[in-house]
Amino acid sequence: MLDFLKPPVLTIQEFFILAGRTIRSIPRRPHYLNDLLMQMDIIGVGSLPIVLLTGFFSGVVMGLQMSRALQTYGAVSQTGPIVAITLVREMGPVLTAVAAAGRNSSGIASELGSMKVTEQIDAMRALGTDPILKLVKPRFLATSFMLPCLTAIADFVGMIGGYIIAIGLLHLTSAEYWNGAYRALEYDDLAQGLIKPFIFGMVVSLVGCFYGLRTTGGTQGVGRATTQAVVVAIVWIFALNALITKIFVSR
Amino acid sequence: MAEAIVRFESVTVAFDGVPAIEDVSFEIFPGESRVILGAAGSGKTVILKTTLGLLRPERGRVFLFGHDITRMKEHELFDLRARCGMLFQEGALFDSLTIEENVAYPLLNQKSVSCPPEEVRARVEEALRFVELAHTLDKYPSELSGGMRRRVGIARANVTEPSLVLYDSPTAGLDPITANNIMALIVKERDVRRATTVIVTQRFQDGLIMDKYRYNPQTQSLEPAQRDGEGLKFLVLKQGRLVFEGSQQELQRSTDPYISKFVMRH
Ligand SMILES: Nc1ncnc2c1ncn2[C@@H]1O[C@H](COP(=O)(O)OP(=O)(O)OP(=O)(O)O)[C@@H](O)[C@H]1O
Ligand SMILES: [Mg+2]
Repeated sequence: MLDFLKPPVLTIQEFFILAGRTIRSIPRRPHYLNDLLMQMDIIGVGSLPIVLLTGFFSGVVMGLQMSRALQTYGAVSQTGPIVAITLVREMGPVLTAVAAAGRNSSGIASELGSMKVTEQIDAMRALGTDPILKLVKPRFLATSFMLPCLTAIADFVGMIGGYIIAIGLLHLTSAEYWNGAYRALEYDDLAQGLIKPFIFGMVVSLVGCFYGLRTTGGTQGVGRATTQAVVVAIVWIFALNALITKIFVSR
Repeated sequence: MAEAIVRFESVTVAFDGVPAIEDVSFEIFPGESRVILGAAGSGKTVILKTTLGLLRPERGRVFLFGHDITRMKEHELFDLRARCGMLFQEGALFDSLTIEENVAYPLLNQKSVSCPPEEVRARVEEALRFVELAHTLDKYPSELSGGMRRRVGIARANVTEPSLVLYDSPTAGLDPITANNIMALIVKERDVRRATTVIVTQRFQDGLIMDKYRYNPQTQSLEPAQRDGEGLKFLVLKQGRLVFEGSQQELQRSTDPYISKFVMRH
């Protein structure tokens, strides 16, 4: 009767098996350092433009929305704190992770997927390399390290976006805006703002690798794997975000 | 008699419950050759991948160099795989690496292959010269023709001088002249190094070339060989089942309609 549940449950189980094998592979040799550095470049440096742009404009939008809302209460001076808190706690991590999912989950899935359907993964195994060590581990480490960095950058340019609005439209002084923002942030916010992208980074890379490595059915299959990876990664990001926020709120 | 290099004991490999090969048993002894014939989807590729432990059997047992690899862990398999070479059906060259890096890959990555780093380039060049592609070192696989990629694949499969070499459809999709050149290379690799050789093919002629010729290092060319069915056997697969195992003469005498479809009648 519950047969329709079997495929998704099996998929989730296989996903966690891959996740477990990846985490256990971290101390194992050989460490493909070149691959790690290359992935950090592709994922970190390569994602910089999209992260800068999304971060900046969400800061601008938040400045604008807050100005309307805060003017009603005569609390325009609170723009700095509100922009800072929203960005660091929620917008920065989630938007950056969604951008990374769109860019890197799909990139990883299509690259590994093409390798899978052209038997390159099998060739790799036949020629003495473990795909988990050679392909998954570098992407996993690179993404979970780079996403917090990217998020910090997104937070910062977002605050600059908010600052431009605060100065230009709301006529706050620089000191009012930045002092407010600085004072509003607590360690808790920073912890939350860095733990989230760290976990999202694991999800983004693992989902990409997972769908890439189980690709079947030629080029069409690669397209399917890519789409699935992006959709699943984004859903995971929002679900985990709710969960982590809940943990921090109820502390 | 020496120990079998490869042994299948009633092996079944299935995907999502649907068997791709079923109850397949055979043995290959050192220095022998096998030609596996079968229609598309009959399970030829699955047999080769199961031999290397790339696919796991559902039932039955697989032995490679005398070791039971049926349940062996992936990292334990690497030492055994290092003694095998494989040409994949799709070539499976790494398209992000140059030809030189592709051929060097097994030398650099197989732990049990001891090749000092300064010798890698010389061995890669030698392997590529063997397949007459010494000038392509810095090219990428996408810059080569299909036949050239096949030859690079052969070079990569043989660069570590493995004692067992598996060729998956080496002549598929090639014109007859290139196909015969590729077969000549395979016979040459086999006879120069006395490697145990398995080829999967849909062309019966490929099997004939394997059977009827040998490489003479003195004249550096192929010459007709008297083999009398020794050491070379044909296997025929039909929908995942082994329906024939025997010499070329036995194969040609067979009256089974499926089997005789693979045999050219002169
Ligand atoms: N990874 C896989 N997932 C699911 N089914 C597979 C997979 N690999 C092979 N099969 C199935 O196993 C059967 C045998 O496939 P195999 O690739 O061995 O055929 P083949 O004899 O090599 O054919 P061809 O001459 O076309 O290469 C086919 O029915 C195929 O659909
Ligand atoms: Mg095949």
